[in-house]
Amino acid sequence: MMMLAVALLLTMLLGLWRVVKGPALLDRLLAVQLFGSTGVALCLVLAQALNQPALRDVALVLALLAAAAPAALVQRLKHNHALKADSSEEQS
Amino acid sequence: MSLLLFDTLLCGLLLALALASVLSRQLSHAVILYIAFGLLMAMAWARLAAPDLALAEAAIGAGLTGALCFTALARQGQLALSPVVSWQQRCWPALFVLVTLSGLLLALLQIPASPGPLPALVLQELAGSGVSHPVTAVLLNFRSWDTLLELLVLLLALLGTLQVAPAPVRQNSWALSRSWSQLLAPLIILLAGYVLWAGASQPGGAFQAGALLAAGAVVLKLNKQLNWLAWRNIWVRFFAVAGLGVFVIAALAAWLLQGLAAEPVWLRWPPQLAKYIILLIETFATLAIAITLTLLVVAEQPDTPLSLETQDSAGGSDD
Amino acid sequence: MSDIGELSLFSFVLSSGLLFIGLLFFIAGSIGMLRFPDSFSRLHAVTKADSLGLGSVIAGLMFYSSWWQNLLMLLIWLLVMASGTVSCQLLARFCKAKQDQA
Repeated sequence: MMMLAVALLLTMLLGLWRVVKGPALLDRLLAVQLFGSTGVALCLVLAQALNQPALRDVALVLALLAAAAPAALVQRLKHNHALKADSSEEQS
Repeated sequence: MSLLLFDTLLCGLLLALALASVLSRQLSHAVILYIAFGLLMAMAWARLAAPDLALAEAAIGAGLTGALCFTALARQGQLALSPVVSWQQRCWPALFVLVTLSGLLLALLQIPASPGPLPALVLQELAGSGVSHPVTAVLLNFRSWDTLLELLVLLLALLGTLQVAPAPVRQNSWALSRSWSQLLAPLIILLAGYVLWAGASQPGGAFQAGALLAAGAVVLKLNKQLNWLAWRNIWVRFFAVAGLGVFVIAALAAWLLQGLAAEPVWLRWPPQLAKYIILLIETFATLAIAITLTLLVVAEQPDTPLSLETQDSAGGSDD
Repeated sequence: MSDIGELSLFSFVLSSGLLFIGLLFFIAGSIGMLRFPDSFSRLHAVTKADSLGLGSVIAGLMFYSSWWQNLLMLLIWLLVMASGTVSCQLLARFCKAKQDQA
């Protein structure tokens, strides 16, 4: 079971390479999505491997946060971009 | 063997993400990498079999700190607009982190390798604490003074933040993200209630539940819902202060009850009432934490010009 | 795997197979995230393949735990599937709008 956790962590490593290297903002935003699926799977496998049922609650919280995060992040980023557009209009 | 491999990988990933976050060229990228770091940190706590910390780190460290950083970024104005941070600007935080890190490492070396007598003592006293989960027992019974002061710190931070809150911005939100956040709200409330209730016997508790509620409220607020949730609402103020207030009142009541019998001790709950006192305090603390964290992230100046009550709260934060 | 004793050989093989299939989907998702040419197809890789992988891993883990925990895991999977579709839309829409603006 622990080997499965190691393998999941390795796939996460591959994904995080893209997140760090990125070129676009969207590639970095994928990090939230990556943790929403691979991170949740990792938590559930760890719950079984370490015999810690409470980690399933952690997985549920993580899944819920990963579900809520994009709605907040996108809204905030739109806000920042609106500000940026305003200031560039003032400058020009 | 595989456990060792797992730990090595996890530590390597954490370090790599931390470095990438500090050294990233754009502030918004740095914030996203920091969120990823927080999520991975939650995994690390999960691996260390500390679900309490994993819950708190996932909800506060990754969710709310990320939103807080983006809010701060939105307030930076010109600095946030400059697309690239020069390497000198990036070196200063790295230097700061190095200094803090060396201090922490020095402190870490002082910790003895054996856990000492405290865990055994906690387990021994657990029966009289009113709850069956050792972490909750420590937080709300044996060391409740710390928790009380933490609530005070949160309240002071909120009062300070309200003074510099930005002006409200008109901004539309997509129907998809609005209805999605409305769909998530009941789930989040249900889960927060579960986490709060579970805190008595298994990992969970007021801070985790409050942070979850706050995450849900922030998403709704950013999507232009929950318009009543603002500092001008008298009930919001009441519940933001009630967390601390109920704690102090309960402490005073317990003190008076003990005073009848013997030499009173501050913040010691009578064993037969401890369960109810802790539940009461945790419920109000959850609401207070949820409101405080929400307003920390999304507080806005009221439309009316500076009124009397904002000056009052300014006086309060100086005390 | 230490807990063979609790399961019959049949269910052990079945659960290992499901876990392995799940892992394959995760690997596929990560390779897609590394190798696909543009951001939008990478988004597609991480939301679709990983959701399916999570479902398979959860199905594999269900052989080990009680019905209440299984229900919880099922709920987690449903949540992740729903959030995958919605957040994929939101992120892609935001970035498309940004691209069009520039």
